[in-house]
Amino acid sequence: MSETGWFDEDSRRLVRPFAMARGRTRPDRYDLDMITLVVAVAPPERRRADPGQAEILEICSHPLSVAEVAAKADLPMVVVKVLLSDLIESGDVIFRPPVGRGTANDPDLLRAVLDGLRRL
Amino acid sequence: MVSVDSEPVAPRLERSAVKILVAGGFGVGKTTMVGSVSEIVPLRTEEVLTSAGAAVDDLTGVSGKTTTTVALDFGRITVNQALVLYLFGTPGQERFWFMWDELATGSLGAVVLADTRRLDSCFAAVDFFESRGIPFVVGVNCFDGAPRHPVRQVREAIDLAPGVPVVHCDVRDRESSKEVLVTLVEHLLQTVR
Repeated sequence: MSETGWFDEDSRRLVRPFAMARGRTRPDRYDLDMITLVVAVAPPERRRADPGQAEILEICSHPLSVAEVAAKADLPMVVVKVLLSDLIESGDVIFRPPVGRGTANDPDLLRAVLDGLRRL
Repeated sequence: MVSVDSEPVAPRLERSAVKILVAGGFGVGKTTMVGSVSEIVPLRTEEVLTSAGAAVDDLTGVSGKTTTTVALDFGRITVNQALVLYLFGTPGQERFWFMWDELATGSLGAVVLADTRRLDSCFAAVDFFESRGIPFVVGVNCFDGAPRHPVRQVREAIDLAPGVPVVHCDVRDRESSKEVLVTLVEHLLQTVR
């Protein structure tokens, strides 16, 4: 799987991501959102040989959103979600869902955001 | 090698995220605004959307569906130790992002950027947020040489509801972009009260 020489650049753009996810495109197990935060918790010696997973673990060595991981890995989010789901399943990555829809109207939350923006 | 002795508690990620969308017509300055306030160089992901209404969930038989690739630019602002704010610039020239539920769902609110030289390019975004009940403010981006129409005139031209704030801004300027976001969150707070 580490050989990508079969493909030209155009097909690689599409084939590589979905090959990395082994054809799976439904990561619904954890319902990961584009701003779900993820961070690797696995000690280095437990890290996987799988190059796709290793790359993801490397990228999320500090907390990042799913969208950031996707951008840094140059992969579509849908693929990154599959890879992350596996890593969550194996205990190598932990995650935190975004602040929920109901709490988006929480005045304390909004005040915190306002304070943060004013400090910029 | 990292020792993990005496670590009885399962690790927990003590931080979560919220998002604000930056919408408006093509070339109105969405990515510029994201970049001017973001603490990171804006990042980009390219997503494949289908006519079914979301980021692709199933590529088998995808040839029979209408698909399109949209580039999504976004930035990040660390609000505090426990909270990160992401700013997503909605894909400009594509009408397809309106079908992307995940992008709009759960957002705190939105900034609709308007260009007075082609005000109609923001109508679609305004309609979208109104219909979804997502609170928004309108930022009139003052391009060099663009006529500075009074806020009231812009409001009438867009036919905005009375409560929706309209502000002039220069999205290249960090302070100005920041002010637009502050206006949005103040507006959100007023709506909550």
